[in-house]
Amino acid sequence: MTGEKTEFKWVGTRAIRPDGHDKVTGRAKFGSDFALPGMLQGRVLRSPHAHARIRSIDTSAAEALPGVKGVITSADFADQPAELAAAGEALVNYRDMVRNVMAREKVLYDGHAVAAVAATSAEIAEAALELISVDYEVLDHVIDVDLAMEPGAPILDEELEPAGMEASGPTNIAKRVDFDLGDVEEGFAKAEVVLERSYTTAAVHQGYIEPHAAVASVSEDGQAQIWCCTQGQFMVRAYTARLCGMETSQIRVTPSEIGGGFGGKTVVYLEPLATALSRKTGRPVKMIMSREEVFRASGPTSAGSMTYRIGATRNGVITAFEGTIRLEAGAFPGSPVQPACMCAVAPYDIKNVRLTGYDVVVNRPKVAAYRAPGAPISAFGAESIIDELAKELGFDPLQLRLKNAAKQGTKAAYGPTFRRIGYEETVEQAIASEHYSAPLGPNQGRGVASGFWFNIGGESAATVNINEDGTAVVVSGNPDIGGSRASLALMAAEELGIDYTKVRPIIGDTSSVGYNFLTGGSRVTFATGLAVVEAARDAVRQMCERAAKIWEVESDGVIWRDGHAVPASSNVGDFEPLSLADIAAQSPKTGGPICGHNAQNVQGAGPGFATHICDVEVDPETGRVTILRYTAVQDVGRAIHPSYVEGQIQGGAVQGIGWALNEEYIYNERGQLENPGFLDYRIPVASDLPMIETVVVEVPNDRHPYGVRGVGEVPIVPPMAAVANAIENATGVRMEHLPMSPPRLLAALDAARLPEAAE
Amino acid sequence: MQSVQFEAPGTVEQAVALLAGATGDARVLAGGTDLLVQLRSHMVDPALVVDIKHIEETRTLVRNADGSYTIGSAVAGAEAHEHDRFAAEWPGVMESWDLIGSTQIQGRASLGGNLCNASPAADSVPAMIAAGMTANIAGPGGRRTVPVEDIPVAPGRTSLANGEFVVSFNLPARPAGGGDAYLRLIPRTEMDIAVVGCGVALVLDAGGIVTSARVSLGAVAPTVLLVEDAARAIVGTRLDDDALAALDAACQAACSPINDKRGTIVYRTQVAGVLARRAARIAAERAGSR
Repeated sequence: MTGEKTEFKWVGTRAIRPDGHDKVTGRAKFGSDFALPGMLQGRVLRSPHAHARIRSIDTSAAEALPGVKGVITSADFADQPAELAAAGEALVNYRDMVRNVMAREKVLYDGHAVAAVAATSAEIAEAALELISVDYEVLDHVIDVDLAMEPGAPILDEELEPAGMEASGPTNIAKRVDFDLGDVEEGFAKAEVVLERSYTTAAVHQGYIEPHAAVASVSEDGQAQIWCCTQGQFMVRAYTARLCGMETSQIRVTPSEIGGGFGGKTVVYLEPLATALSRKTGRPVKMIMSREEVFRASGPTSAGSMTYRIGATRNGVITAFEGTIRLEAGAFPGSPVQPACMCAVAPYDIKNVRLTGYDVVVNRPKVAAYRAPGAPISAFGAESIIDELAKELGFDPLQLRLKNAAKQGTKAAYGPTFRRIGYEETVEQAIASEHYSAPLGPNQGRGVASGFWFNIGGESAATVNINEDGTAVVVSGNPDIGGSRASLALMAAEELGIDYTKVRPIIGDTSSVGYNFLTGGSRVTFATGLAVVEAARDAVRQMCERAAKIWEVESDGVIWRDGHAVPASSNVGDFEPLSLADIAAQSPKTGGPICGHNAQNVQGAGPGFATHICDVEVDPETGRVTILRYTAVQDVGRAIHPSYVEGQIQGGAVQGIGWALNEEYIYNERGQLENPGFLDYRIPVASDLPMIETVVVEVPNDRHPYGVRGVGEVPIVPPMAAVANAIENATGVRMEHLPMSPPRLLAALDAARLPEAAE
Repeated sequence: MQSVQFEAPGTVEQAVALLAGATGDARVLAGGTDLLVQLRSHMVDPALVVDIKHIEETRTLVRNADGSYTIGSAVAGAEAHEHDRFAAEWPGVMESWDLIGSTQIQGRASLGGNLCNASPAADSVPAMIAAGMTANIAGPGGRRTVPVEDIPVAPGRTSLANGEFVVSFNLPARPAGGGDAYLRLIPRTEMDIAVVGCGVALVLDAGGIVTSARVSLGAVAPTVLLVEDAARAIVGTRLDDDALAALDAACQAACSPINDKRGTIVYRTQVAGVLARRAARIAAERAGSR
């Protein structure tokens, strides 16, 4: 498919994004900007307990408060059978989902919703929450994944039956997964060096700047409209229909602009509640989460605990890799432990691999997707132990990676045999970079790490409408998180042969464009981009037919070149080229509107690989780490809009640096979150970071007309190990637990200094 | 939330009368960078808010004839930078003030508010204490002047009596051979609250010997501390390694922090000593460079 063209007029340019002006002027409408006449304000009562049985809920006093128009609890939602549905890169279970949006038998985490109120003002709704009386039987709770797996741990769900293993009684283990390649025993037998290490990572929030917000309006005839910030309007429609007992045709969901998602907006929290409250009150209902609610009740991604064993020959061939990865799912099953296992050593050609994963429920919010779900966790350990192995073998860490690099034809531990991939190129470019050989000062160190993400395709539908004045509208159905509208418009302009500014890309609501799987898996520019390209080609085909009609020639006698219909050869006849505008102007006479369509389940996503280089300086007296320099090398297939590709790479690296250094949930002994805000949940601020340097490698994906791979997820995979490896290089201290915050690092430095002092 | 009475008097007397006459919780609004956050998050629910920014005395920063300064309690950090000599003469006080919040917050954040919010982690307070600043308080009983370190008594609580508020501060003239510095430890580089803060002001004689010193620590006890043992550890020395080690030890000995989401007891204690050594060196460099 690719290779048709390598020179482009629009693809690869840094055009101004179509949504840019509205965003910088404040005109753009985000989730909380929407309002309707007569709208009520909804608020959620949340559990103060990490784990408790709900004996009863009395809402009568709240209902009696003047201004309160409706109160809902779990009694307003029919129970759901256990049934799996796709949600981003994970599967969700409707039995769990109905319990997560509104607790039924038990509350399972601090912040779990137990009731919601709609009132004529936010103040009245908040006052009403205090009038709701919930009788709780407080239960012992468990938050740490390793403790949750121990015998005698508090059990979240007595009925939980683990998949993939036998359980001898109640358990918090929801699932065991196994991946095997080759024969690890044989692989370790061949090894001359074997290392075994354990690592842990903290749960982290996606940290999107825009809190969840939704407005729902249910009419007297049962038709519902929802306006919300989400990564998938069709996902909101499907889940809300299911939880509220409606048909999808009755619900129309319009996505707002979105102030970040990173996977955290691939699920529903407020939408079913607002819909149920609107249905109950007959009025539109608006619901917005506070930042505190975002932290207590949405996201995060899993905390992880892993043990790895790696074996290699003295000449640097990794012969075996074995590991166990335990991930927290939060209150309901569904951690990304499977992709964590699949991605752990995917950059490497290792013949013998065995990985076992456990999905474990704990008393935290149910995890949601977060950029390359699972991969950063397993890669932190894998890329740390490989760094240690390199040191043990006396290898440069990048040369060791290069020697073992996966390439075309490598059979990955998780199953497939790679087609053309660009991992080696990322390592080679990292080695060749000026950064990699730049000098370092005292207390400074350099670390490297690599990462992998599958990227996905999925269902996409798009329409390209040719307007009567020679412009075009591209209608697609994926909320634009990372600049996808610009990329879609660039590809459409390239195909149509018209100016980028004459192509207007819009994101349709669920009733005005065909089904699109949500924005996730780094799929939009690849998969929806493919649908847009095909829809544009459909429009071009129609325009060639119109030209043939005008010229009175056979339709296969017309081809499309540089935005014009031209005769395929001189045999067809001598006709002046007809521009897109000419054909559009004549469309009423030649057959009516010209609308290109395409809908498909896109296959052939190209795996993405990255290699990062990080320089740090460690303050030996305080344990503070300063990121001095950071370079991210990534194979993107083809950068349709280089600025947004670089932006994705930089953003992923920065989020990974936050995960590495300071981000963590701090719970008190009662299991209540102590830091539900950006003051004490420390994502990096701009002044913490150098400019993240990007090196964009383009090894085209042969399954996409422009060679696109996904971009947005891979860059969060390497940073934690890159930082840890840099800290080790600077100090000699190996950090095996995240975050590597100043108190933890200083304690580790002191522990390492003690034996020295004793000598 | 109950309805709040909001007043913006133009004189100290009117402000005192309003505060003294309040029937419920009354709050003084200076820059508002703490109070508004507390109101919005329902941490406080006052009956009365008195904005003191319309009182001339709270809004002026002047260098007096003797080289001392009078600093209005509601003067913002950004305004202090506009003074032609203040930041150069008292760089430690200025840098502590600069660390309060973002650029936007800097347009509002005041020394009076930072002190009377009574957070043990307030950035400007250790620097004010080290510099030997005093506060001019107005109240129903008239005016009084007290050392800054006497105002906070516990987290969120001050020694101010009902109806009293801080009108302004006195900062002594910078002594010949004097220098000051403030350092704090935060995990990030800004937009954070001190895990430990340390202010040092000292005077060097012509031979480079410390003749007097004040050392103050923040975020390591329920209130900001004036650590006299730490000052004693360096007075009479040239800040050699032994003196700095003694300073470090004295600071660590003075700490009685808690484990919380911002730091551990061990970490805070250890870092208090580190910051004291570093701040003392910077203060001495500044003193020596004049």
